[in-house]
Amino acid sequence: MALFKQHTISKPLLYTRNTAIVVVLLAFALATLFPIYFMVISSFGDPIEAGAASYSLWPRDFTFASYKFFFDFSEYSFRWLLNSLIVAVSIMVTNVVFASLAGYAFSKIKFRGRNVLFALLLSAMMIPYQVTQVPLYILVVNIFQIENTYPSLILPSLVTVYNIFLAKQFMGSIPNEIIESAKVEGCNQFQIYTKVIWPLSKTVLAVMAILTFMESWNTFFWPFLVTNTMDMQTIQVGLKNFRFANTTYFAPMMAGATISAVPMFVLFFSLQKYFLEGVTVGAVKG
Amino acid sequence: MAQPARAAAEGSNIKRNGVWSKAFNAIARKITGDGAWAYAFIAVALVVYAMFTAYPVVSAFIISFQEYKPLGSSFIGLENYKETFGDSLFWKSIRNTIIYTVLTVPVALVLSFGVAILILPLKKWLQTAFKAVYYLPVVASGVALSVVWLWIYDPLPAGILNQFIGWFGIDNQNWLGTTKTSMFSLVLMAWLSSHGTSIIIYLAALLGIDNSYYEAAELDGASFFQKLWHIVVPFLKPTTLFLFVTGIIGSFQVFQNAYLMTGGGPDNATTMVGLLIFNNAFKYFEFGEAAAQSLVLAAIIAIVSFLQFKFAGKDVEY
Repeated sequence: MALFKQHTISKPLLYTRNTAIVVVLLAFALATLFPIYFMVISSFGDPIEAGAASYSLWPRDFTFASYKFFFDFSEYSFRWLLNSLIVAVSIMVTNVVFASLAGYAFSKIKFRGRNVLFALLLSAMMIPYQVTQVPLYILVVNIFQIENTYPSLILPSLVTVYNIFLAKQFMGSIPNEIIESAKVEGCNQFQIYTKVIWPLSKTVLAVMAILTFMESWNTFFWPFLVTNTMDMQTIQVGLKNFRFANTTYFAPMMAGATISAVPMFVLFFSLQKYFLEGVTVGAVKG
Repeated sequence: MAQPARAAAEGSNIKRNGVWSKAFNAIARKITGDGAWAYAFIAVALVVYAMFTAYPVVSAFIISFQEYKPLGSSFIGLENYKETFGDSLFWKSIRNTIIYTVLTVPVALVLSFGVAILILPLKKWLQTAFKAVYYLPVVASGVALSVVWLWIYDPLPAGILNQFIGWFGIDNQNWLGTTKTSMFSLVLMAWLSSHGTSIIIYLAALLGIDNSYYEAAELDGASFFQKLWHIVVPFLKPTTLFLFVTGIIGSFQVFQNAYLMTGGGPDNATTMVGLLIFNNAFKYFEFGEAAAQSLVLAAIIAIVSFLQFKFAGKDVEY
């Protein structure tokens, strides 16, 4: 019937086989989840130096003292979270708006140079970021001189080629007849975009929003390059600073790591469907 | 000259009225024809692309032929490239990158393929549950995970991994601190970090294989492994190729874990190309050399991807 025999083998055998599979899958899952588990339970330990602490795989203490220690480390600790939020939300919104606009134009409107321009955009995906990092740094820091500002963190990711590609792929599957009839009704292209395309693309745009938010929340490299004052750093950069300044404080470091990761966990558990859909949407056919 | 002035006057008018929709309508009336709309829709994307991708790429080429100084760089021809190819550390970093890639990418593929196969016969809710469980580490930030792994690799006997190998009678290791184990430590971290994305992609592809193929094979008396080898593997070849190519491209650019965990040490045993370029650029401010090295890296990635498609992708249709 399928790759696995589902009906042609006896019930007890089927049951045993599936139980064995679940056990194997759980074992491997535990191995990959272990660092996260270890991080969360250790964060509730006392903020004492590591030499005196011994690691435990089970939660022994339950105190928020290490979290307090992390937030006391810098007067800007809360600001880091706020910065991450501001940057990630801005990048998310601009990406959804501008990528969907461009995706619509590239998939449904005929204009001169469409294919050439799109090919040009796509070619950007093949360039490793190491090539652009130095000139981009010079541009932002030396030419625009916008180091340590929100624009320096947001502008380079305002709209990514990947998201344009994602939007174009999806919108290409919207039937032309719907757009034609909207035109007959007297809609201009902007009205078609807001009244027809946007509502039909809600799911893919939600996926785009979530993945874009996750990526900019977790990104380390660029914020690390363009921020050198504590007040403008994001939580990921702040966590790195904390680690280098407090190399022996085990539990507070785990508390910091937990703080940087928990917002994404919360988002993941509440919007799981979109996350999991996002992996395969526009990825590959096969 | 008159036009910008008029536009500016209009702009201030709109601001005074404070009605954005009026501005929109004013602009909208001026745009006639679908082509003009299309250009308006892609305008921001094109500006961002031109400024933050196209310009930097062109600039990288120029800088790679220069000795970069903030006030007036001087052209030095191919000097940066000569230096790159004559630098033993550059070759060592290439070697490290290749070792890391060879040890991580195929293992990741096999693991995620195996997990996807095992998830396949389970009930729907179990499939979803396992997908979520395996995807969870993807959403955790890389910096947070590197902080955790740093403590797992604690060289003291109390360190988690040292305790673990102690049960098997293996001596304490200074995981990240010696050339013997530092690369292995980064590789182990990659093995046990998330394969969620590729698992889900594999599973989607597996669910796309029509049952009739299996039925036909069963009529011919095919066993489980025969079906796996003759149906599943060929069917999943495009998926595998996609994951393989993207995996290798990603692995060649690896930077963050090496930077945060070992800093490339000890004795440059974990200095990957990505980290070397970063150090040259932002530690030594040798922008010219960094640009040259990044272009060499881009060329290597392009060649490797091309070869993969040419040899592995022969009978794959897209």
